[in-house]
Amino acid sequence: MAENYSRLEVEEDTQKDRYLTFLIGEECYGFEIKHVTEIIGIQAITEIPELPEYVKGIINLRGKIIPVMDVRLRFKKETLIYNDRTCVIVVDVNDISIGFIVDQVAEVMSIPEEDIVDPPRVHKGMNNKYIKKIGKVGNSVKLLLDCEMLLTDQESEEVNEAV
Amino acid sequence: MSDQYSTEPLLEMYLFETSQLLEQLEQSILSSEKESGYTEDAINEIFRIMHTIKGSSAMMLFDNIAKLAHSIEDLFFYIRKEKPEKMDLSALSDLVLEGVDFIKTEVDKIKGKSPADGNAEDLVTTSKTLLAELKQMNAVPDISLITPAPVAKSTAQTTAEDILETQHYYISQANTPVSNGTFAYKAVVHFEEGCEMENIRAYTIIHNLKETAGDLYYLPADIIDSDESVNIIRKDGFQIFITTDWDYRKMHDFLMQTIFLKDMELTSLENTSVLDQFKKKDTELVEKPIKMPTGKEVNVVEKSSRIPLQEKEALPTNTTQSIISVSVVKLDKLMDLVGEMVIAEAMVIQNPDLKGLQLSNFSKAANQLNKITSEIQDIVMSIRMVPLSATFIKMHRIVRDMCKKLDKDVQLEIIGEETEVDKNIIEHISDPLMHLVRNSVDHGIETTEERLEKGKPKSGTITLEAKNAGSDVLIIVRDDGKGLNKEKILKKAKENNLLFKNEEDMTDKEIYNLILLPGFSTKEKVTEFSGRGVGMDVVTKNIEAVGGTLSVDSVADKGTVITLKIPLTLAIIDGMNIKVGKSRYTIPTISIKESFRPKESEIIHDPDGNEMIMVRGECYAIRRLHDVYRVATNITRLSEGIIIMVEQDEKTVCVFADELLGQQQVVVKALPQYIQNFKKIRGLAGCTLLGDGSISLILDVARMFNH
Repeated sequence: MAENYSRLEVEEDTQKDRYLTFLIGEECYGFEIKHVTEIIGIQAITEIPELPEYVKGIINLRGKIIPVMDVRLRFKKETLIYNDRTCVIVVDVNDISIGFIVDQVAEVMSIPEEDIVDPPRVHKGMNNKYIKKIGKVGNSVKLLLDCEMLLTDQESEEVNEAV
Repeated sequence: MSDQYSTEPLLEMYLFETSQLLEQLEQSILSSEKESGYTEDAINEIFRIMHTIKGSSAMMLFDNIAKLAHSIEDLFFYIRKEKPEKMDLSALSDLVLEGVDFIKTEVDKIKGKSPADGNAEDLVTTSKTLLAELKQMNAVPDISLITPAPVAKSTAQTTAEDILETQHYYISQANTPVSNGTFAYKAVVHFEEGCEMENIRAYTIIHNLKETAGDLYYLPADIIDSDESVNIIRKDGFQIFITTDWDYRKMHDFLMQTIFLKDMELTSLENTSVLDQFKKKDTELVEKPIKMPTGKEVNVVEKSSRIPLQEKEALPTNTTQSIISVSVVKLDKLMDLVGEMVIAEAMVIQNPDLKGLQLSNFSKAANQLNKITSEIQDIVMSIRMVPLSATFIKMHRIVRDMCKKLDKDVQLEIIGEETEVDKNIIEHISDPLMHLVRNSVDHGIETTEERLEKGKPKSGTITLEAKNAGSDVLIIVRDDGKGLNKEKILKKAKENNLLFKNEEDMTDKEIYNLILLPGFSTKEKVTEFSGRGVGMDVVTKNIEAVGGTLSVDSVADKGTVITLKIPLTLAIIDGMNIKVGKSRYTIPTISIKESFRPKESEIIHDPDGNEMIMVRGECYAIRRLHDVYRVATNITRLSEGIIIMVEQDEKTVCVFADELLGQQQVVVKALPQYIQNFKKIRGLAGCTLLGDGSISLILDVARMFNH
């Protein structure tokens, strides 16, 4: 048991402070690596009617059917035609599997805790409620996303749409 | 944490076993009650079940369950042994059923990971009082024989004592005349390699021999206490020295019956000097395995006390050993994998790379593969099929309890309980069915006086019937009670604003089906059992959740019939694949009436822009799928596409699509939870994977009408 426990700890350690970064337009975003299951190329998406625009539909991931969300559209940026750099990052949050469509996957990097700061206070109209933290790497800045928020914050979204 | 790991499978086994035993127990009580008397078999069974529950609960340290089981076991031990002539049957049944309920609640608590903290004291006391009454009634002189039920004990150690006490019950050495034995034998028994638990098996032999033996000694002596004994038995065999009345042949035959016996040597001893040696050495030896130190781990005690019982049973029931229980999770997984395999097979065989090639050997092999996969699919489906009998039989208990409480006389008749349904579906229909049966007893069946007044037989009858109808199963709940009251239903519906058309225009059936609407309950008085206004609509919802439908029919003073129509399985349906633009959809084949290409001249437009079509003198509405789901397609002229006429619940609609792709069996998969969270998407029942790996959406025909 003690063995188990220590192994678990080691495993957690290897995932700690590590982020998968990807690009959307010019910005570099990051997911905590512990949420990420895999990265796949873009594939045929089956559209489902009556869903918000950013939920592109469902894909067949080796027999498992998972929804895919276009992060670009989620952040209300203009659509980009998918190319061979477009990737789907499959993420597992609270037992929900979902694919995020991103322009391009960058790398897996460690960002130590001390280099991570809170995002600036919310300005009106600035859409940064999905950004949990901001990581500093050298001169650049990585926006660390809150996966759960991306998934759950759809009610307010829908209200906005209704208005 | 490590503790948790190691007990988990044990706990699971315990829960599974206990709930099964409880069900069995309930059954035998109810059937005994029906025959108004306990047969010897029934008493034995109840005793045995209680004993097993007691033992395993004590082992798992659920003391309150063990205690209760113990007291009931005491009671039945008495009944079994003394066969008292006067018994308060109904009090006895009540007690046992209450006990069953108590243990059930506790087991549920354990399942829910909360402590099993229920207090069984009351029941234990009732049980003891009943036992005392029984004894008094039948005035047995030899009361001292029975071990008085020990007062509440809480530690594992004392529970072990309890078990030891009961052990005397079936080691009946004291009751049989012990002979000094005219023959003496030495036997050496070897067990088959790898049969495990050699010491317990050896003990079984000793236990069985005890009844005939005069003197009995064996080597190694400490078979139960010491783990080392296993190794000795494995190496040197198990040696028995015995004096008995049995002749050589009988003794030989007896020993040959031992399970997992590899070989056995039996030699007659001329004189008993060998035995005398033992006698001097250790006179306690024989007693030792019975009187074990009470501080010993409970499960060891348990083993020794249970094995003899089980082994006895195992002999005649060897033939039923071919059934094993498998966790549903594994079956689900297997089902998924088979679905995958079917799809993967299609991917290989219809691979675009193979197009236009002449491959006679390949197609032969492909055919072979196809046969095997479809067979596997059938088998896996059939594994998941469970007969409805367990669900139906549960209803006996409900009817019985309600009859007692409401003072009604109702017979439950069960027809076709062997009908099989997918396991998942059974879970979903159990509650609704219970509700319907309750409703029938409570609202449907009149009191005995009323029935006699109306000239009906004194006791009411509720019939529970199941039968197959194509790819559906029909479950019919029928009672011969007072039937539904049309006026009352209409009045109530009006009060609650549930009427959707003119009273005068409604058929009887439509009126009766009003009771299925949310917020409807005709019972003025709320009783314990029904009438809280959340009745039938909940039933409807549950049934709809598994893709079933519900209908009601009734004749005043003749009774009510409620029919549930439930799909045989959720997992695989026959579907017609259709194409709209780039999207594919699947319509369940059963709801398709016909498909055809319309002529422009048959189409009628109404001023609102709705389209209709005349087919054989009837007019049907047209739904264009590309409009409904906003799919881009080039085929918008009705005469270029295809119309599929679908029917559900006697309503018909024409669906317009680009083309038909063909019919196939599809594995139904639910839409991902995330998608479902947005809102209920109209008219989609789920999705499925097609042969080429693409996804097709399954249309829910019933919901298409509500647009």
